[in-house]
Amino acid sequence: MATKNVDLRHFTGFKSLTLLCLFLLYAPLIIVMVYSFNDSNSITRWNTVSLRWYYDLFYGVDAPKFKTAAINSVSIAVMAAISATVIATMAATAMLRAGSFRGKSVSFALINLPLMVPEIVTAVATLIFFSAIGFTTGYLTILIAHIVFCIPFAYLPIAARMQGIEDVYEQAAQDLYATRFQAFRLILLPLMAPGIISGFLLAFIISLDDFIITNFVKGAGVETLPTVIFGAVKQGIKPNIMAISTLLLAVSVGFVALSYFVGRMGEKANPTTTKQGD
Amino acid sequence: MAELPKVNPEGSAKTYSGFGIPLIFPAWIIIGFFLVIPVAMMLVYSFLTKEFRGGVIWEFSISAYDQFFLYRGLFGDSPPVIEWTYISIFWRSIWQAGLATFCCLIIGFPTAWFIATRTGRNKTIWLFLITIPYWVNLLIRTISMKFLIRDNGPLNEFFLSIGLISEPFHIINTNFAVQLGLFYSYLPFMVLPIYAAVERYNFALSEAAADLYASRTVTLFKVILPTVRPGIVAGCILVFVPSLGAFLAPDLLGGAKNFMIGSLIEEQFKGAAGNWPFGAAASMILLSLVLIVLTFYARNQTKGQI
Repeated sequence: MATKNVDLRHFTGFKSLTLLCLFLLYAPLIIVMVYSFNDSNSITRWNTVSLRWYYDLFYGVDAPKFKTAAINSVSIAVMAAISATVIATMAATAMLRAGSFRGKSVSFALINLPLMVPEIVTAVATLIFFSAIGFTTGYLTILIAHIVFCIPFAYLPIAARMQGIEDVYEQAAQDLYATRFQAFRLILLPLMAPGIISGFLLAFIISLDDFIITNFVKGAGVETLPTVIFGAVKQGIKPNIMAISTLLLAVSVGFVALSYFVGRMGEKANPTTTKQGD
Repeated sequence: MAELPKVNPEGSAKTYSGFGIPLIFPAWIIIGFFLVIPVAMMLVYSFLTKEFRGGVIWEFSISAYDQFFLYRGLFGDSPPVIEWTYISIFWRSIWQAGLATFCCLIIGFPTAWFIATRTGRNKTIWLFLITIPYWVNLLIRTISMKFLIRDNGPLNEFFLSIGLISEPFHIINTNFAVQLGLFYSYLPFMVLPIYAAVERYNFALSEAAADLYASRTVTLFKVILPTVRPGIVAGCILVFVPSLGAFLAPDLLGGAKNFMIGSLIEEQFKGAAGNWPFGAAASMILLSLVLIVLTFYARNQTKGQI
């Protein structure tokens, strides 16, 4: 067979393009990381390596502002991610385990709607809505808006996981006189755990990262990390901005890695996803 | 956001049948109340009269759309002519988003192909490397780009030091900077869906083509590309739609002269313009454009299934 000798998967230049792609994606981030350790007032001149701007972040003039913003960001992200995860888990159970019911096909579109509407449109619509019903914009409005767009992100890994679990386990439990609630709590939920954790972590990161919608619905006085950073960048990039960007970058990478490994751990531990023909 | 899991609409598992509605209810309430109703309200607002310094007067008016498409002179009494300002902002946004999509595809497809054809641990590492920027804060990524391409930024310093250029190359605050920003922001969105499609590609098809004396290039264009088309279309949508409504890249990299739809809308609510009905109308027009694209996508996906 002549074709055996030719690698049909190989295309000349694809590897170089992949390396270029990764280079393009990482170069700006790495440069900012490197410059965040620059001991100089100017962002251009390279001086010596120091943690000066990290120190400035925690103890400098702007420290209280960043601290308040960080507390707002994290608390909103935790609450939004928990709410979105609970709602998404219930929704996934309905979509994948409850047979057919009225409005099922509409539900699928509804859950994914926040992904389809452009962010700026969601932001405008939410601002108009809160202003029309006379709801003062602030912490609570940010939280509600975040729960909405976190739902599809939590839903994706949770539903993907639930699809991989056959329903024979719950049926076996019910055969052994477990109630449906017991079958859910003692069988389905533990099997679902990696998907639920991934969903939570991704929703958390999405909420922590959001700028556009938060910027619209935050009102006066309440700031999150992205809005504070954006405000500061408008006056020019200062070294402390690079330090806080590097920290946020580290948090994002850490969470994605965590979510990834939780997902993989689950794949190994779960008997139902053992692949046979693959 | 990569590939949405396929939900079997009939639902084979019925462990909790009868509980469907109570279980889905919270999602309906939250998304219905805080997204569907707000979008409907936005439509209403686009037909109201503006109040100075933000807000609206509850009086029906089509002046927002009128202002968008027509110019009636300084005092509003001249015969209407077509107002090009906003149409050209929309046109520029469509054009920029389209170009960004094309550039992402040119580099995204080979990347996705290369990663999908690795094996074992290698593949996991490559995939992980491409996934990380996908989740890194968009604001921070845009700031990094701004930092890199400033007039006295590292890129110019580097080119100056190796003697390639004699004075700083002006990139920031140009259309090119916006283009670069969009490309950089949404590149991972192109790679992941194409990767998923190539993963499912059956290499027996390539072998068959090779057996029939098709060259590599012919195989790529006549066999591979049509087969993985759903992934390519999904990737293009995922780049085009957010690029069209992008705010950060035009605002931070393009400056005041290179307005896109996102900046125009933002200006009506957060900026000096303060014209809510006009902002709502511009958002409705943007949303309609996106819906047209998504409808095209839905058609394409159902047609593409073999």
